[in-house]
Amino acid sequence: MAEPILQLEAVSKNFGGVVVLENVSFNVAKGSRHALIGPNGAGKTTLFNLISGVFPIDAGSIRLEGKNLEGTPSRRRIGLGMARSFQNIRLMPHLSVVENVMLGQHSNAGLSELLKPIGWLPRSRERLAALATLEAFGLDAHQGQVVGNLPYGVRKKIEVVRALVSSPRLLLLDEPAAGLNPIETAALRDFLIEVADSGVTLLVVEHDMPFVNSLCQHITVLNFGRLIYDGPAAGARRDKAVLEAYLGRRHAEDTTDAA
Amino acid sequence: MSGYLAGIVSILGINVIFAYGIYVTAASGQLNLGGAGFQAIGAYGCAIMSSVYGFSVWTSILIAMAIGGAIGFVIAFPILRTRGVYMVLATFAFAEVVAGIIINSEFLGGAVGLPLSDYVEVNAIIAATLLVILFVFYLMSTRVGLAMRAVHDDESVADLMGVNNRAIQVMSFALGGALAGLSGALYALYFGFVEVQYFNALLSIFVLLYVLIGGTQTAWGPLFGASFFTLVPEALRIGEDWRFFIFGVLIVAMMIFRPEGIVTRDALDRLWLRLAPGTRHG
Repeated sequence: MAEPILQLEAVSKNFGGVVVLENVSFNVAKGSRHALIGPNGAGKTTLFNLISGVFPIDAGSIRLEGKNLEGTPSRRRIGLGMARSFQNIRLMPHLSVVENVMLGQHSNAGLSELLKPIGWLPRSRERLAALATLEAFGLDAHQGQVVGNLPYGVRKKIEVVRALVSSPRLLLLDEPAAGLNPIETAALRDFLIEVADSGVTLLVVEHDMPFVNSLCQHITVLNFGRLIYDGPAAGARRDKAVLEAYLGRRHAEDTTDAA
Repeated sequence: MSGYLAGIVSILGINVIFAYGIYVTAASGQLNLGGAGFQAIGAYGCAIMSSVYGFSVWTSILIAMAIGGAIGFVIAFPILRTRGVYMVLATFAFAEVVAGIIINSEFLGGAVGLPLSDYVEVNAIIAATLLVILFVFYLMSTRVGLAMRAVHDDESVADLMGVNNRAIQVMSFALGGALAGLSGALYALYFGFVEVQYFNALLSIFVLLYVLIGGTQTAWGPLFGASFFTLVPEALRIGEDWRFFIFGVLIVAMMIFRPEGIVTRDALDRLWLRLAPGTRHG
């Protein structure tokens, strides 16, 4: 395996008495397109929240490019080269599309740029960079609109753009294809492959398996907070534990017998 | 300018600055129901600096602003430990504490109040108001302003985007305190007298309503709210009692029809599109 950009070692998390993640260990290779899948309630989003620092881990360690993230506040993690999108769209509803995207650049802004009137400068470096990324996604026509008024699919894509403009080396995408139609999903996949080709590592939580299979080379599967598979994408489709988790024991046996 | 008109314009200017003092905290998601306390600090600070220590008018105003800002900065830390309605109550309690200190302090004139020997003309108030309006519009156009609005909309996502929420919120309180302090200083200098009874709970409620009814989504909201509630009662020659009645009716109407205030981002975008199609760039 190539050099890891993200290393999770025996990560555990409880909420009250409920064990949400138990001893989860896996690596994400630098430059890879890595999927994190599992049935509902498997702990995928919780794991994203632990990686991005929304919650502290109870045990284990998370390392980004070798640096242990323990004690690093969530707001500083984006500056370390990690950005994320959310399962339920979390854009700022009262900001316009381009303002939402410019918010994604915040971690790269120096102290001197904090008081630059970016709202008054239609040709500022920040706005032009935001617009270029919006254009790459075909979203530039929406730039001045308040996001609260936009359709779900458009808002979902804006979240990806917002995460991208921080120039991350690791991009965590939580169900990026949810709510997109097949044409939009295919376009998103092609775009994400381009993004990954430019050197950005992708860790994607997704339920749309055709999307996962066509995008990701490596899959990690969680079930009830435990890791049940970590390996090549093709192998997951034949793995008994994975099939059981998704289909139930009886159907899984039928499927493996048929194979 | 007639004396009557000068009086109206001065009160309008003071109310607009005061409303912006409350707006900068509201824009980053915090409701400040202690506006009267900050305005009282500015008014008494200016009165003491000018009348007791003999500072010039503008030095007294700047010191009053600095005191308002410093107290806003200091109380932000305990107040930001609270959330929602508890924050509103904490700011309200702050204003009551300020009034209590003033009324029990001989140095500050107690219940009798303090006279000022200096004064400012209406033109100075107009200039200060224009500067404050320009400053707040500028602030909201910067990355700091963007961060303030992001904190208002979703604190936890703003944090993940790298925004230092605590710094933004503390700065907003300090800046709000300074602007409310400025409005208090101008009030004191224009009327030549300060008495604690003026800085009461109703004043805090009114100024918060200027902002909430005007709208917190853009810097136009408080300008509209403060202007509307200063000028309309004057134009209609409505007395204090009817003013309360109108406030009540407007609050109910706003909750039903415009829960996000009269001047919203959407409303401005639509107006902009009608006036200058194709020029809006977000």
